Amino acid sequence: MSWYDKLLQVDRRWIFLAIGVAVVVPFFVPLGLPVIVTEPVQGLYDAVESIPPNDKPLLLSIDYAPATLPELEPMALAILRHAFRNDVNVIVMTLHPAGYGLAERAVRGVAEEMEQVEGEDYVFMGFTPGVSAPILGLGVAIRNVFPEDAYGTPLDEIPMMEGIRNYDDIPLAITLAGWSAAEAWIYFAREPYGQQVGAGVTAVMATDYYPYLDAGQLQGLLGGMRGAAEYEVLIEREAKGVKGMDSQSVIHLLIIVLIVLGNVAYFAQRSARRKMALEDA
Amino acid sequence: MRRQLPLTLCFIAGVFMAVQYFIPHWRVQDVYDRFLTWLQIIFAFAFLLGTVSLVKVHYHKIRNRAADRGFSWVVLAGLGSMIGLGFFAPGHNDPGSPFDMMFQNVQVPIEATMFSLLAFYIASAAFRAFRARTLEATLLLIAACIVMLGRVPIGDLISERIPEATRWILTVPNLAAKRGIMIGVGLGMMATALKIVLGIERAWMGGGD
Amino acid sequence: MSEFDRLLSVLFSRTGPVAAVALVLVLSLCPCAAIAQEADGPVVSDIIVPIAPPTALHVEDTPSDRGSSITLTWELSSDEETGRVLIYRVYRSADADTGFVQVGRVAVGSSTYRDGGATDGEPAFYRVTASDGEAESAFAAAGPIVSSPQWFNATRANAMVGTIVFVFAIVFFVRAAKGGKELFIRRLAGLDEIDNAVGRATEMGKPILFISGLSGISDVATIAAINILGEVAKKTAEYNTRLIVPNADPIVMAVEQEVVKEAYAKVGRPDAYNEDDVFYLTRSQFAYVAGVNGIMVRQRPATILYMGMFYAESLVLAETGASVGSIQIAGTDAVTQLPFFITSCDYTLIGEELYAASAYLSREPVLLGGLKGQDMFKFVVGVVLLIAVVSATLAALGVTASDPITPLLATG
Repeated sequence: MSWYDKLLQVDRRWIFLAIGVAVVVPFFVPLGLPVIVTEPVQGLYDAVESIPPNDKPLLLSIDYAPATLPELEPMALAILRHAFRNDVNVIVMTLHPAGYGLAERAVRGVAEEMEQVEGEDYVFMGFTPGVSAPILGLGVAIRNVFPEDAYGTPLDEIPMMEGIRNYDDIPLAITLAGWSAAEAWIYFAREPYGQQVGAGVTAVMATDYYPYLDAGQLQGLLGGMRGAAEYEVLIEREAKGVKGMDSQSVIHLLIIVLIVLGNVAYFAQRSARRKMALEDA
Repeated sequence: MRRQLPLTLCFIAGVFMAVQYFIPHWRVQDVYDRFLTWLQIIFAFAFLLGTVSLVKVHYHKIRNRAADRGFSWVVLAGLGSMIGLGFFAPGHNDPGSPFDMMFQNVQVPIEATMFSLLAFYIASAAFRAFRARTLEATLLLIAACIVMLGRVPIGDLISERIPEATRWILTVPNLAAKRGIMIGVGLGMMATALKIVLGIERAWMGGGD
Repeated sequence: MSEFDRLLSVLFSRTGPVAAVALVLVLSLCPCAAIAQEADGPVVSDIIVPIAPPTALHVEDTPSDRGSSITLTWELSSDEETGRVLIYRVYRSADADTGFVQVGRVAVGSSTYRDGGATDGEPAFYRVTASDGEAESAFAAAGPIVSSPQWFNATRANAMVGTIVFVFAIVFFVRAAKGGKELFIRRLAGLDEIDNAVGRATEMGKPILFISGLSGISDVATIAAINILGEVAKKTAEYNTRLIVPNADPIVMAVEQEVVKEAYAKVGRPDAYNEDDVFYLTRSQFAYVAGVNGIMVRQRPATILYMGMFYAESLVLAETGASVGSIQIAGTDAVTQLPFFITSCDYTLIGEELYAASAYLSREPVLLGGLKGQDMFKFVVGVVLLIAVVSATLAALGVTASDPITPLLATG
């Protein structure tokens, strides 16, 4: 069997092993590659930065599931750190049933780290079923969707919720999701109510949202771990996003090498077969 | 009656939801707000339906001694233990409770691991299927390589033209194609929704005509 | 004469006037001298300069709304430049002079506010002040204004026109189809291949796996998938091939069970229907993937059909299907997943080709007419977009003074 046949028929587990090594090694041998901030991420950062301190709250909808946590949790943590650093109150909620535990862990973790007080600096609303219904409902009255927070405290008894009625009192809503939540927020919050919306999505979905970014329907967009890394650079607090960039760089290079190898072998095989066909003829 | 009633309800609800978009008056919007609340309640009931279906399916597999009933035992044990821990264990689902520990240390890593399989499968798919067979395929390959480099810091290091080219590819030809598909999909959704409201499309009721 | 009297007589004698003047001078200088010890004049820091108020307050009944809403706009306070202004406070009253209550506030830089708490039919008066958080400026006032609900949202008039044209197009072509007119639809290779795929499975004695996506019954892609499932089920019933349909949504599962059962009954094979083959797996995305991958590896289906809405799991499913040697046909409107399906599957239906499936497979005139109507409207949209692009480009290049078309296409 010639080299190109062997290469084209290689057991895919060798490829899986190569990917595994490419992911793990940079964690032990960091490359320290610089992360350059792009416009969509800068847009979201600027939108959060423009919220006046101790005034109206940021609404953060942590709509991701455990599967997309590695890509999206770094975004949640970075945004929460940014908001708390600027003394911006945060309302945290989720539209995903498995997002409850993840949203709670994100907000409580950062709140503890930055000594924020529940009820005064942030409130966790928990999960609400449906997608269009709650997003539309928040535009009418937050208390219609969440009469109380996740722990049973009526919103009227929560200090930071005083005077916060609906989207009129929320300068920015950000959704972090590995599914089409961002579209839902645009259709049901941005379009009918004019609510400013930002989004964080997985890398593969990011290109889906460029039309909305271009049309001004999204204030900013974080795409995948790269988006999280850029946001961490902006808030000057490097964490998992930046750390993951080294591995991602190596993997992307490896995939390009695999594509090139695959094509080289393919063309070598095709050329050899053409030669054989001519000789036979 | 079995078919007529759902079709009539669908027609009334569909027409109302379409018409209310153009009528801002509170008399109409109040009804619309009520619809939204009902929708939330219905979604909540769907969870219950899912749990009942799951238990029913796996119970039958165990009772009928199906070949892979071992997996059914695992499913029911997992479902039962999480429900039990959530309702009866100390702390219920508070942070640090047994329920929360199971969620954070079992479900979260398992799901994250499954998602990470994509990295491996993308590599094997790229090696297996990305062939420069035609001009279009070659253009696709070149664009893919540029975008892959441009989306990581290493592309910025190699040349600042790579991220620029990446931005152009993503925001011009890619965006144009996506917008075209999205316009078509949007119109297709409108047409299908219209056919459902008018009762032409009846697949959602099950059983065709 | 007392000594005092003697003093007075001295003061008002010949030396009196001189002495009096001297006394007056001394007395008049004393206060100045006293003040001069403290300051040289009035102290600037003791004088409070009021914050400049906002001006030109304008109030109007919010147009195209449900009622109870007044929109206020004003000119920003000149003290914004000095940084003294932090917020603007908005007050409302039913009286022009008294009873004002704060109804809202906006941050510095904002010159508009929408008050959603007005009472329809009752006149309201408004005041707006600029504040640094403590001190407030004088107010800008406006009113009376009466809020009222509107019956038509004028900002969506263009959407209404579009909807009417669309409905007209659908109805026109449906009637044409019902009247017997032949309507051409181009070939969709993925749907044509379904017959061959079912035949392949029958020959090999292996099952067909049908995956209808991860979305619920309210998703149009799922409805389209169910339509295809009905047609596939008829074929598998005819050829006595096993059809496995794992579901991620219990409501979809219930519908699909009915669809498959009905399909089997239609071809006269109700006994061949197996309810356990159309089952609910799990709602959780990657748990579903794990379950389906397990089915693929164990059952090794000859044909796998992916129809509906998919998310990140699409490549994991398709690659596993490829590894077990199945023929794979995919159809989805999820633009992010199309590249993965195109790479890994033998045939792919792109976007609205999936929605056309019910019309294409059944060839029912009514459904075909609906499809043609949709296409006609897409042509109209294309023409309108072209006109808008030309208009916007000419305006951007300065050839025309403005772009009159693009604003007409915006909706509120």
